[in-house]
Formats: sequence, structure tokens, C-alpha cells
Amino acid sequence: MVLGLYNYWIVVLLMMIGFYIVIAHGNLIKKLVGLTIFQTSVFIFYISMGNVDSGSAPILAEGVARYSNPLPHVLILTAIVVGIATTALGLALVVRIKESYGSIEEDEIQIQDQLTEDKTSC
Amino acid sequence: MAIAIVRTKDLLAVVMLTGIYGLLSASFFVVLDAVDVAFTEASVGAGISGLLMLAAITMTGRTEAPKRHKPLLALLVVFITGGMLIYGTLDMPYFGSFDAPVHQHVAPRYINDSMQEIGVPNIVTSVLASYRAFDTLGEVAVIFTAGIGVLSLLSLPLRRRSLQLGESSNESKKDQMHEQHMVLRIISKILIPFILLFALYVQFHGDFGPGGGFQAGVIFAAAIILYAMLFGLDTARRVFNQSLIQLIAAIGLLLYASVGVVSLFNGGNFLDYNVLADDPIAGQHLGILLIELGVGCTVAAVMIIIYFNFAGRREAQQQATEINSIELSFTKQNKGEGE
Repeated sequence: MVLGLYNYWIVVLLMMIGFYIVIAHGNLIKKLVGLTIFQTSVFIFYISMGNVDSGSAPILAEGVARYSNPLPHVLILTAIVVGIATTALGLALVVRIKESYGSIEEDEIQIQDQLTEDKTSC
Repeated sequence: MAIAIVRTKDLLAVVMLTGIYGLLSASFFVVLDAVDVAFTEASVGAGISGLLMLAAITMTGRTEAPKRHKPLLALLVVFITGGMLIYGTLDMPYFGSFDAPVHQHVAPRYINDSMQEIGVPNIVTSVLASYRAFDTLGEVAVIFTAGIGVLSLLSLPLRRRSLQLGESSNESKKDQMHEQHMVLRIISKILIPFILLFALYVQFHGDFGPGGGFQAGVIFAAAIILYAMLFGLDTARRVFNQSLIQLIAAIGLLLYASVGVVSLFNGGNFLDYNVLADDPIAGQHLGILLIELGVGCTVAAVMIIIYFNFAGRREAQQQATEINSIELSFTKQNKGEGE
């Protein structure tokens, strides 16, 4: 039964959507959103690997025999908070780019860079 | 949902969609038995991240430029990579299967022995704070560093200049703005103490139920950010001194690391809590309590720092543009008189 793998396919779908946003869009904030989606897909990947059929949340209690794997939960729990911190750093960079270039579209920034390079080389 | 995010040009709508997406994935994590993770994702993905993106959008503009080239190449790359990944999944263990390799190695030990070794019912907490405490220390350090980075990118010089010019007029205008949200202000005044209380509950109950320093820190910060949004940044700054918050961020990380050093001095390994008290279990409890406190402090402080800097930058920009427009009209007038 190949259908038992559907969780990975959802993850791959989400991951590719994020990937597409990152490579096909020029807007820097949109790129960051794409990265966030990519990131979430990895989170879902880990968590779904740790899941066990008819298992319970990994908090010990009387009369529960099966628990989900706690290790991916720990890794992802910290990764989410680290992720938001790094996203904030990225947003801060975008704000600074907007201030100095007046734009957050990738191609416009590249054109401006090209122009300044030409000026300095002359 | 994610596809809608791809299609939409209006970044405001994109941010709203990511918020819903965050909430959705949080409920997804609950279904998958990962309650701690769901907790974090609900407060971070649905709350803070959307807020930060909104703050950034107000400074960078709301719409995305139309695309100039066809995204066919990108689509091709995406489809090839996706196809390869799906081909790779064919060998993976089935979803939810009990005998997958992931569940064979360390997980049984955590599940079977952690109660005797650590004495904390929430396995996630005992793994996070005790078995893999070194890992967590690194992550807290990353968060701290990111906070410093935002601070160095977005903090002051712009603001100081604008403070000298025409702040009083802005102040009155802003106060009126905030007075319009009377209902919101009163309700949030009632809510904020409970949110703070809940954060503390999450912090100290993390050993027994879902929760812990990371979630508590984010919830705590969310309450303060709510306050800052509704009562104005200046008021919030007066209540929460910014240098104090920066100090708290550093102290949290220091607390965490010094717990490790103390256990080193007591003859154990770095972050080996067994030696902190006479009884190993009591030592573990003490160690976990302390480092969770450190994590909570750092996370809350860094989130607050990040928000304050974004909001402060925005206000400074607005004031700068206003001053610029005043100066422009002034010079125009002068020119007109000269002619």
C-alpha cells in the first residue's frame, strides 16, 4: 500500500510551494514568507515521523502504553522559536534594504547595484 | 492555503493567510500528538510572526511588483525536485507505523526510563531540559544572537534626530488615535493580566503538562506587545525600560550557562543536574526549573526587543517623512517669496 506514505507527499507539496515562492518571486518579504512555508513543511515532516498509531502525547500517565516519539517534538519546538528569531532578523535586513535602495524588489536592487558599479569603474 | 499565498500580490493578505496557515498547522500538530509543538506554533506562527511581518510591511510597502519574466523555469525546477523527493519517499516507513527505525533507538529509553532518572512526567520537557540541555543552550544562544542582530540593524540614530524636531505635535495626534480604540483598550486591560498569569502557569507547569520556557516566553512577550500596540510605543517604553529588557535577555542566557558551570564545579559534567542537590531527582528538578526560567527570560526579552525595534523604526520613519514634507513646503514657500 503506497497510500501509507501520504504524509510525506503533503510535506513535499508544501516544501515545493515554499521553494517556488523563494525562487520565482522577486519581492523580498514574499521570499521570506516562502522560506517560512518551507520551514513549516520540515516541521510537519519531523512531527509526522514521530507519530505512532494509537499513541498518546508524550506526557506520562497511568494506563497509557504507547507514546509518540518525544525527540522530534523537542527539536521542532526549539526550531520554531529559533525560526521566528531568524525571520525577524531577515525582516530587519529587508527594512534596511528598503531604506537604502527605496525598493524591495530583487531586480530593481540589482539594477541599482549595477549602476553604482559602473559609476565607480569609470 | 499555501497556493493562495503564492498567487496573492497584496502582501497584507499574504500575511493574514500566513497567520491562518500557522494556526492550521498548530491544530495539525495537536492531531499528531505533539502538544508542546502545537502550543509553540500557535503562539509563534499565528501570533508573533504575522505581527512582525505586518510591522515590516508598513515600512516597505504593501504590494508586490508584477512579474516581468515567465516563471516556467522555476516551475520546472520545482517539479523536478518535488518528483525526486517523492521518489525518495517510496522507501520510507509508513505513516504512524510502530516499528519504524525512528522509534527504535533512543525514544524507548526516554519513554521508559525518564520517570526514574528525571522524575518529570512531560517527556518533552525532560528531553529538552535535561538529556539534550546542551542543544537547547545552543538554541537559546541563537535566539539571543538574533535579538542582538535586530537591535544592531534597527536601533536608534534615526530616532534621536527626529526627537528634537516636532515631537509634541505628533504626540497629541497619536494620543487621539489611541483614544479611538476605547473598546479594545478596556478589553485588553482586562485581558493582559490573565495572559501574563497564563504565561507564568505555562512556564512553571511545563514539567507536568505541555509548556515550558519557550512557549511561556512567547506568550509573555505577546501580552506586552499587545499593550504596546494599544497604548502606544512611548507608554510601553516608559513601563518597560528597554535597557532593562536587554539586560534580562543576557541574564537569561547567563543563568542557563551558569547552571552548567555550577554542576561542573560540583563534580558532574556540564549541565549534569544530578549533582546540584543531595538527591539526584531533586537536583534534576532544580536544574530544569532554573534553565527553563533562563529560556523563558531570554525568549520573552528577545521577542519584546524585536517588536520594540521594528515599531520604533516605523515611528521614526513616519516622523522623518512628516518632517521632510514640512521642510519641503517650507523651502517651496521661501523660493516663491524669492521670486
